[in-house]
Amino acid sequence: MTEPQITPEIVAAHGLKPDEYQRILEIIGREPSFTELGIFSAMWNEHCSYKSSKKWLRTLPTEGPQVICGPGENAGVVDIGDGQAVIFKMESHNHPSYIEPHQGAATGVGGILRDVFTMGARPIAAMDSLSFGVPAHPKTAQLVKGVVEGIGHYGNCFGVPNVGGEVRFHPSYNGNCLVNAFAAGLADTDRIFYCAASGVGMPVVYVGAKTGRDGVGGATMASAEFDDTIEEKRPTVQVGDPFTEKCLMEACMELMQTDAVISIQDMGAAGLTCSAVEMGDKGGLGIKLVLDAVPQRETAMTAYEMMLSESQERMLMVLHPEKQDEARAIFAKWDLDFAVVGETIAEDRFLILHGNDVKADLPLSKLSSSAPEYDRPWIEPPAPAAMAPLPAIAPIAALKALIGSPNYAAKDWVFEQYDTQVMGDTVRRPGLGAGVVRVHGTDKAIAFTSDVTPRYVKANPFEGGKQAVAEAYRNLTAAGALPLATTDNLNFGNPEKPEIMGQFVGAIKGIGEACRALDFPIVSGNVSLYNETDGSGILPTPTIGAVGLLKSLDEMIAGLPAEGDIALVIGETAGHLGQSALALEAFGLETGDAPPVDLAAERRNGEFLRTNRAALKAATDLADGGLALAAFEMAEGAGLGVTLDVGEIAQLFGEDQARYLVACDATGAAALEAAAKAAGVPLARVGRFGGTAVTLGTDSAPLAELSALYRSAFAAAIGD
Amino acid sequence: MKAAVITFPGSNCDRDLFDAFAKAGDEVVKVWHKETELPAGIDVIGIPGGFSFGDYLRCGAIASRSPIGQAVVDFAQRGGYVLGVCNGFQVLTEMGLLPGALMRNAGLKFISKPVALTVTTTDSAFTSGYDKGQEILIPIAHAEGNYQIDAEGLKQLQGEDRVAFRYVENPNGATDDIAGVLSANRRVLGMMPHPERVVEPAQGGTDGAALFRALSSVMAAA
Repeated sequence: MTEPQITPEIVAAHGLKPDEYQRILEIIGREPSFTELGIFSAMWNEHCSYKSSKKWLRTLPTEGPQVICGPGENAGVVDIGDGQAVIFKMESHNHPSYIEPHQGAATGVGGILRDVFTMGARPIAAMDSLSFGVPAHPKTAQLVKGVVEGIGHYGNCFGVPNVGGEVRFHPSYNGNCLVNAFAAGLADTDRIFYCAASGVGMPVVYVGAKTGRDGVGGATMASAEFDDTIEEKRPTVQVGDPFTEKCLMEACMELMQTDAVISIQDMGAAGLTCSAVEMGDKGGLGIKLVLDAVPQRETAMTAYEMMLSESQERMLMVLHPEKQDEARAIFAKWDLDFAVVGETIAEDRFLILHGNDVKADLPLSKLSSSAPEYDRPWIEPPAPAAMAPLPAIAPIAALKALIGSPNYAAKDWVFEQYDTQVMGDTVRRPGLGAGVVRVHGTDKAIAFTSDVTPRYVKANPFEGGKQAVAEAYRNLTAAGALPLATTDNLNFGNPEKPEIMGQFVGAIKGIGEACRALDFPIVSGNVSLYNETDGSGILPTPTIGAVGLLKSLDEMIAGLPAEGDIALVIGETAGHLGQSALALEAFGLETGDAPPVDLAAERRNGEFLRTNRAALKAATDLADGGLALAAFEMAEGAGLGVTLDVGEIAQLFGEDQARYLVACDATGAAALEAAAKAAGVPLARVGRFGGTAVTLGTDSAPLAELSALYRSAFAAAIGD
Repeated sequence: MKAAVITFPGSNCDRDLFDAFAKAGDEVVKVWHKETELPAGIDVIGIPGGFSFGDYLRCGAIASRSPIGQAVVDFAQRGGYVLGVCNGFQVLTEMGLLPGALMRNAGLKFISKPVALTVTTTDSAFTSGYDKGQEILIPIAHAEGNYQIDAEGLKQLQGEDRVAFRYVENPNGATDDIAGVLSANRRVLGMMPHPERVVEPAQGGTDGAALFRALSSVMAAA
């Protein structure tokens, strides 16, 4: 089949800028074939090449004694002792989810699970950070329903417990929702698999599902802004098959128990192209592929289509030739395709053959190492305007404004559609703070959280970046876990706009500073840019996924307060209301600066809490919504009322950082106070749990009334 | 007691069920669906939850026709004990070992949460460890758990005391709040809730443990 002529229009349609095309001509010294152009566009788009973000990502701290493998592989690997490792990553599937919510979100989950089991880890936990437009927007309810259903469908069928995440609503996501999927798996440290190929003449093996035309050009689509042609982009969304993925995972786990695998890479964005190039590039080898051998779901597929297909549930491996039959038998057992599609070669070539024709012959190392890298111009974000004074409001009315909003209402509607207990190791289900999963067959456990407050990042990218990390640190700490490491999923608008790039740079600096100060390295991550529709960008949303370790379940603080328990706050309360949940939910105001984050105080207060965990019956971090919201949630979860002594709005709803709310009995409270005095940590008694009313200062309402609102507001908001 | 847990492609609670049997002190073996015979000396078969064959036809329909299927049916017809949980319950109805069918939840959504059950009968090896009328908390996680049976069949189940568990608050539209049913010889139990997920305190509940313990002790006595 003859391929189309390369024209400037075709180059532009591949998302390549004229100077980028010029660079291609210089590298290969001739005009590329159509397939070659497709390969370049797949490797050089923003999604795969990180060309706008690389310069700044390099500044992030990625190392530490606990880190076995940082960014650059499919996922980050962190030591949890006893020869075991947790392997995790978070990745966005924003654009596909907006176009086709169910399949877009489902394949986002599938992709991140594959990243984890490709490295030899059986997935043990999933979370999702979701950002939608306002409920009143005509698309929102349908997106929420489709995305949640898609996540549930894939994860439930695959059989991984969903243990947490976030759901938020804000008008800036009206035309561009965010779906950030996190997965973590468990592996033995001596059985971790990487993607670098080694050895010449080794078979390159394709396993899993067959290749179809779905998702051709998906990564390029994900690197562009949306406009009103969006419906035409539907065919670029892939369709997920969690059943095949489950079988693929089990087959890979069996294969990895043999010594057959030299290298393995999942086919995600840009499918066969990206996986083959990464294997060759990291191993310093060339790759020859014979596409006739690729298992195909459709007839008459071209080389271009096969190289760019994003069909799901596929893997590429380099195997030891003598183990090939053993490997083939495992995939036959699971009724999955297994095909030798090429071999490693000594020359620096990416050689693609199809029907006896050479369809591409490119210098492999140039495809990723010579990808463009931009130092995009950026401007320092303007200092936030002074805080507008908030109108007067009574404390209970203020609390109702929060718990009656889908942003702060209970998220049972979401979590009840996710299997949270499959695998039998979920110790703490989602809904209150970090999720906790036991390490199977041991008394250890891993805590998981994902956090960001996009309003803060918009107002003050640097402090907002710090805050996202600090909140993740606190959420793990409040579960009793030692924070180990993070993954970052950076969602921003168009980086070609200096003010957007300024947000990105500021947030990265803040994240880096916080991760360094808290010994909380970033071991994996993903960048999603161009989250704009018709030129209007989202709130900058750098989601931080994080993992902490509980050396034994005895270390966990996941109890509930009991009648008569004392409420205490660790950390200093100043009453910062800038960019607060209260300002937004009660008055529709996004005003003032983000709360400043004192990283030394974060660390000190976190260590204090972990050291004194024995004195605590329950703990939670204080974040947006402040003390009043946290106290309500903790009490409501226990079916108790609560009384907070102060009635002043800034004290109740201020969002000062480095704070925790804890519940202690009288003995525990006294012990905690003595310890705080000795450690120089601010600690204050703020009230007590019990009764059947929520009392804030002198204002009060029955728990039952508030609970009914809190439990129903989410479903009501999306009309379900 | 020796238990066999069948794994179909797409089963995802096989390990959980295996562990629950093992915790009750049983010897457990895993059996791959492509086997045509059960290992020797099996006392009870566990058919786990999950999405066998992706639930791409009716849930459980393809699994019921797997190579191991005939061996399971023969085993049950010889008076063997069989426990099917969630997808396993669906498989048992597709095999014809239990009456009725599991339809889409009335609310059309997947539901995952702990639910209160009433133990309706203690007259079985599975439920003898509970008190009649006892309320227990066991998680559900399914999209197709809406148990349906015709009026005649329902009357028979009720008349023969074969409803094992009922939902206290019906989550899925099941006829007569039925969460689990027994076969005529009371040796095959299918249930949508997952007892294997609540067998030790770390899991947030232990109300499922009595089922596995009772089964084990009945076998030991036999």
